[in-house]
Amino acid sequence: MHVPNTGFDRLGGFLRGLGWILVSITVTACGDQPWNSPYPPDQADRNILYSSFSARPKHLDPAQSYSANEIVFTGQIYEPPLQYAFLKRPYQLEPLTATQIPEPYYLDSNRQRLPDDAPTDAIAFSVYDIEIRPGIRYQPHPAFAKDDQGAFIYHHLKATDLQDVSSLADFPRTGTRELVAADYVYEIKRLAHPHLHSPIFGLMADYIVGLKDYAVTLSKAAEKLAKSGESSPPVLKLDDFPLEGASVLDRYHYRVLVRGKYPQFRYWLAMPFFAPVPWEADVFYQQPGMKERNITLDWYPVGTGPYMLTVNDPNRQMVLERNPNFRGEAYPDQGEPGDAAAGFLKDAGRQMPFIDKVVYSLEKEAIPTWNKFLQGYYDVSGVSSDSFDQAIQIGSGGDISLTPGMQAKGIHLSTAISSSEYYMGFNMLDPVVGGQSERARLLRHAISIAMDYEEYISIFANGRGIPAQSPLPPGIFGYRAGKAGMNPYVYDWTPRGPKRKSVEEARRLLAKAGYPGGRDVKTGKPLTLYLDATGNGPDVSALQNWIRKQFGKLDIQLQIRSTDYNRFQDKMLKGTEQIFQWGWNADYPDPENFLFLLYSKNAKFKKNGENAANYSNPEYDRLFEQMKNMANGPQRQAIIDRMIDILRRDAPWAFGYHPKQFVLYHDWYFNAKPNLMANNVLKYKRIDPQLREQKRHEWNKPIVWPLGLIALLVVLMVIPAVVGYRRHENRRTLAEQR
Amino acid sequence: MLAYIIRRLLYAIPILVGVNLITFVLFFVVNSPDDVARMHLGMKHVTPDAVEKWKVEHGYDQPLLYNRDAPGVEQLTDTIFFEKSVKLFAFEFGSSDAGRNIGEDISQRMWPSLAIALPTLLLGLLVHISFAMLLAFFRGSYLDLSGVILSVVLMSISGLFYIIAGQFLFSKVLHLVPISGYEPGWQAWRFVLLPVVIGVISALGSSGRWYRTIFLEEIGRDYVRTARAKGLPELKLLFTHVLKNAMVPILTGIVVVLPLLFMGSLIMESFFGIPGLGSYTIEAIQKQDFAIVRAMVFLGSVLYILGLLLTDLSYTLVDPRIRLS
Repeated sequence: MHVPNTGFDRLGGFLRGLGWILVSITVTACGDQPWNSPYPPDQADRNILYSSFSARPKHLDPAQSYSANEIVFTGQIYEPPLQYAFLKRPYQLEPLTATQIPEPYYLDSNRQRLPDDAPTDAIAFSVYDIEIRPGIRYQPHPAFAKDDQGAFIYHHLKATDLQDVSSLADFPRTGTRELVAADYVYEIKRLAHPHLHSPIFGLMADYIVGLKDYAVTLSKAAEKLAKSGESSPPVLKLDDFPLEGASVLDRYHYRVLVRGKYPQFRYWLAMPFFAPVPWEADVFYQQPGMKERNITLDWYPVGTGPYMLTVNDPNRQMVLERNPNFRGEAYPDQGEPGDAAAGFLKDAGRQMPFIDKVVYSLEKEAIPTWNKFLQGYYDVSGVSSDSFDQAIQIGSGGDISLTPGMQAKGIHLSTAISSSEYYMGFNMLDPVVGGQSERARLLRHAISIAMDYEEYISIFANGRGIPAQSPLPPGIFGYRAGKAGMNPYVYDWTPRGPKRKSVEEARRLLAKAGYPGGRDVKTGKPLTLYLDATGNGPDVSALQNWIRKQFGKLDIQLQIRSTDYNRFQDKMLKGTEQIFQWGWNADYPDPENFLFLLYSKNAKFKKNGENAANYSNPEYDRLFEQMKNMANGPQRQAIIDRMIDILRRDAPWAFGYHPKQFVLYHDWYFNAKPNLMANNVLKYKRIDPQLREQKRHEWNKPIVWPLGLIALLVVLMVIPAVVGYRRHENRRTLAEQR
Repeated sequence: MLAYIIRRLLYAIPILVGVNLITFVLFFVVNSPDDVARMHLGMKHVTPDAVEKWKVEHGYDQPLLYNRDAPGVEQLTDTIFFEKSVKLFAFEFGSSDAGRNIGEDISQRMWPSLAIALPTLLLGLLVHISFAMLLAFFRGSYLDLSGVILSVVLMSISGLFYIIAGQFLFSKVLHLVPISGYEPGWQAWRFVLLPVVIGVISALGSSGRWYRTIFLEEIGRDYVRTARAKGLPELKLLFTHVLKNAMVPILTGIVVVLPLLFMGSLIMESFFGIPGLGSYTIEAIQKQDFAIVRAMVFLGSVLYILGLLLTDLSYTLVDPRIRLS
């Protein structure tokens, strides 16, 4: 019996056709690159580094950007006068655009020059005269574009001129000019700009002469401009307002006048806050209509560095490309012992940057990021806790290495101790755990012993960290290793290194403090302490249970007052917390940047400083004031040793741990030596794109047969339906024929 | 009908004011203006003076809802709530607290969201309705029973599992599509394919069961029996007559979500690295950017109200007996 063509037959034909079309499109669209490649086919084999970012950077304006995820970009674009030597350890500064590291000279309060060895008390001002190299040019940018008559093309734009503009790339003409000293002075002035809210303004206003008053002057001028309605938004011409603390000496020289003696100022000169900003950029970006299109200096940086931001789509991708006007810089030929053997000096003397382009893709989740690294689509990766066991194995002796799977793929591991510390702080204003009484001190010591940070690092940080013996991490001047660097109040020295004192010892101290068995001898009531914490979720809950367990070893009842970060910060500012956990990441590699965290004038309560424990010890303060202005040397080391002894005795912190950074990179990625202080490390990196392409093909061959299996399964599921349908229709036809 | 539309749009105004007020209160119960300022200024070296300046510049220096010190009506208008809310009704979203133009961001981010949501909806409709029709056609048979079991199984699996399993199987093991990422233009299809397929499969269980129920109810009606008696092929009967008459409940579920397609899907976009609007609001909440939060909640409310209105209007198109008054 003839059965006419049904809808199912037509559908089958359609699906077959669709299948062929899809395969054809896939093959055409992917070219000869792997099908799962997330990059366009024309990027195969090219000298492009691929990386990711998980949150869009908030600020790219050098006066504002401070977070690590912002400096990843600004560090490659902007060039402050100094930089950190890439290979040398301990970290040391070297000139970048400056001709040399500026050596300050000193003035007294009458502005008379003092000898270099003048006592600190006599020094009223430090003068930094900085000379920059001639011939450095800015990246191509429309702010510099001029017509044949030498007039700026894009400095007087009307609303109609911006109709077809949605990004910086929509301006067809660009220009450049030479970097001059005035650009550095201009940026220092911008730190005080009332609309920029530079995070270091408060700090720098205490040092750069006149900066505080300068901010007031600019605020008044901005108000006046806004009221007059001369321009909207009000555009301040900073060159019209001189700043005493920053002045231009000539085309290539400028001067910064710093209050008192502040040797750490040189470290700030290696940060993007002190990078040059051309006045043309401010004029260009502040034109009406630019901000509405998100075209601002905060989003489109203008620098002299090796790279420039060519694509800024923070919702998807950010792209740095080689700055064609970059002057070139030689790869260093000196490092620390072992660098040559590790291959870090192979590129010595070669012109940088090595990589043409860097593509940063937005990746919010750790799993896809990790898998793309394993597929060869990212060149470098961190190690998240989800992928730790797949990547890292820890031997019985605590030695860390890559798993065989990672080694087989040619992946390498690089580790470095961060210049950071996580700690448990005691509010020294608290009547129970705070203060300088013997009772409180013994209680803090007992808790410091009970808090087993070795276990913490093993459980919560996958072994990525070392227990802290003081506020100073390794690599910072003043840090002492071995027995000399051990905290004797918490550890005992053994042939295998420091060993945390026993819980029995902690309980003995607790009893001595007046809390035998965790009960107050005066009242007989159990000792209850309060930890103010932030965050929630299973991870935080596990951590809090662990902390409770540590206090439980001493029979101390710990109440955890969990709240959101805002309330937590509020408590810290009001000084109402009792115990808390906190961390610090160094701004620069100087002990002052850690030891100031316990200087009484920096107390969090009332002074809004970074001394979160509100610790105050006159002797410590005196030593800090002495130490902070000293050059590194035996005298400074001796003072630091005394300061650390005081801290260990007073125990305002239970010193936690210094995290260890783990970085994985592929075989085709070179010069991977970690430098946790430098912001501009991209120019030193090199890749072998041919090897990468070969590996990508090897690792990502498409496997098609399961698709056929899926199709077969679908067909097997559809056949009964087709058969059933035909049977049903035949029955109806037969019934009608009868 | 015009009067009906105007009346519905006027009803929307108090609803939007209410939504805006609730969003405002909820946000500022958790975050004070000082908290917002501190969050935007960063964690290090932030002075009280900088916090105050930031608040003044961003309009957070006024009282929240009621200005006791102001005269007359300004007691209500010289407040953060009024200042921040009134422009929303003209669809002027202004700048985010971080300084970016919200309207511009929304206009950029809605396209990737649509690139996933629209094909998922259309392909989903085709597959889910066909699947449900199939089950309805073989009602009471083993095929129907298998389909219902499959639906329950699919409904019982978490949406996140589909995403992770899909990425693992098709991207990591089979190397067929990129695991995540996005390219604008036609190249987007390579990145959209897997999310769309996952979106369709993950909704197959619930949608298939829902549509099956609708079709079964419709198949039992007299006109279906009459059509069969007149010899109409079953496939034509189902896809022409039954489907058309079952459109009212189907439309109720679909048209209302049409405008919300712009808003995107949070988890899908997050895992596949799609730069859509789905994660925009969550990012803003995490960063305490009230300007974006209120703009997105307002936009979501407007689109939802629009969706409900469109649903009512679409009834008149599929069922001429319905009259709006």
